[in-house]
Amino acid sequence: MSDQINDSRRQFLSKAAIAGSVTIAPGVFLHQTAQAKPDEKAVTSATRWGMLIDTDKCSKGCTDCVDACNQEHALTGFDRPETDAQYIRKVSLVEKQTGHEISLPLMCQHCEKPPCVDVCPTGASMKREDGIVLVDKHICIGCRYCMMACPYKARSFVHETIENQTLSAPRGKGTVESCTMCTHRVDKDGIPACVEACTDENHNAMTFGDLNDPESTISKELKKHGGKQIRADLQLNTGVRYQGL
Amino acid sequence: MTRFLRLSLILTGLIMLFPSQGMAETPFPIIHEPEGKECVEDEDDMRRNHMNYIRHQRDKTMREGIRAESEGSYSLSKCIDCHVEANDKGVTPTHNDKEHFCVACHEYAAVQIDCFQCHADRPQKNIKRSSSDQALKDQLQEMLAAKDMGDVQ
Repeated sequence: MSDQINDSRRQFLSKAAIAGSVTIAPGVFLHQTAQAKPDEKAVTSATRWGMLIDTDKCSKGCTDCVDACNQEHALTGFDRPETDAQYIRKVSLVEKQTGHEISLPLMCQHCEKPPCVDVCPTGASMKREDGIVLVDKHICIGCRYCMMACPYKARSFVHETIENQTLSAPRGKGTVESCTMCTHRVDKDGIPACVEACTDENHNAMTFGDLNDPESTISKELKKHGGKQIRADLQLNTGVRYQGL
Repeated sequence: MTRFLRLSLILTGLIMLFPSQGMAETPFPIIHEPEGKECVEDEDDMRRNHMNYIRHQRDKTMREGIRAESEGSYSLSKCIDCHVEANDKGVTPTHNDKEHFCVACHEYAAVQIDCFQCHADRPQKNIKRSSSDQALKDQLQEMLAAKDMGDVQ
């Protein structure tokens, strides 16, 4: 969209802003910590939403997060596992040497530099200012380039006519979709359905929060114990991080 | 020339005499109007501009995350909540029925709408939905079990 700012322009502006603030008041930065977004205001890059998943707390047979996600978005199966929409996949990793097994939920990693956005011919695949990567289904033509570009196999294509959608998750045949980090909840100061379910069931394997806010639980935890990106070699700077990998 | 004029006059007269035969009109659709509620704008305004009101807002909601219900904000789901109601038989019309509020007019005007390919066409309270899709749940458990067999790494 024309009102979006590209990366290089943003970097220039942020440098200019830093230079400006130094000139005005040396040593003093007007640091803006994230706080509840007023309803009528647009999301800004002051916030970057992210998720931290502790694989040590994620048990193998558990699908609470996936079930909650399916319910939240009214995802239905058509008995076609290959093509049925999946926002979250449960993935198992086995280390060949030791047999040690890790189970983890894998969803859209909400990259800072998303390949899906790069390849989209219509601008439907987009990143919100607060770092959430979405598909604008109004202008998605269903070409599925983004599905090919995504290194995480995070996106699904809707092959069937969909009925009985929920209010917060409009979805229909011929468009691509993926994890929205529950924007409809996050915009109203809520947390994603998967994180809520995981916490409610006392697994506590998922943490949601603002990566830009050094005082947030997720930032503190990441600073203290770190968190890995999957395929960090691609340098996408993912918003979803994993511990215990 | 005069002969042609005379002929056309007779024809015009005939058409005026029997309007039902000469100019059969498509019957105006029956539009379900909710009782006792006032629409967000005047009826004439809504008929002409409803598409612009909603369209203008969709990008703001989708791309900028503005979900406020402030003055001057419109919502497709609010339209649906008022205008789509269960009929006498207790059945709520879907976008496949001519009875549906939106469809009734759009069929008449021959304007195709794509809204309901993705958006809910009935109020949420009128949609029966199981707590979670069992088929999908079973499928997932099956896939997890398949991994136990050691065929996935």
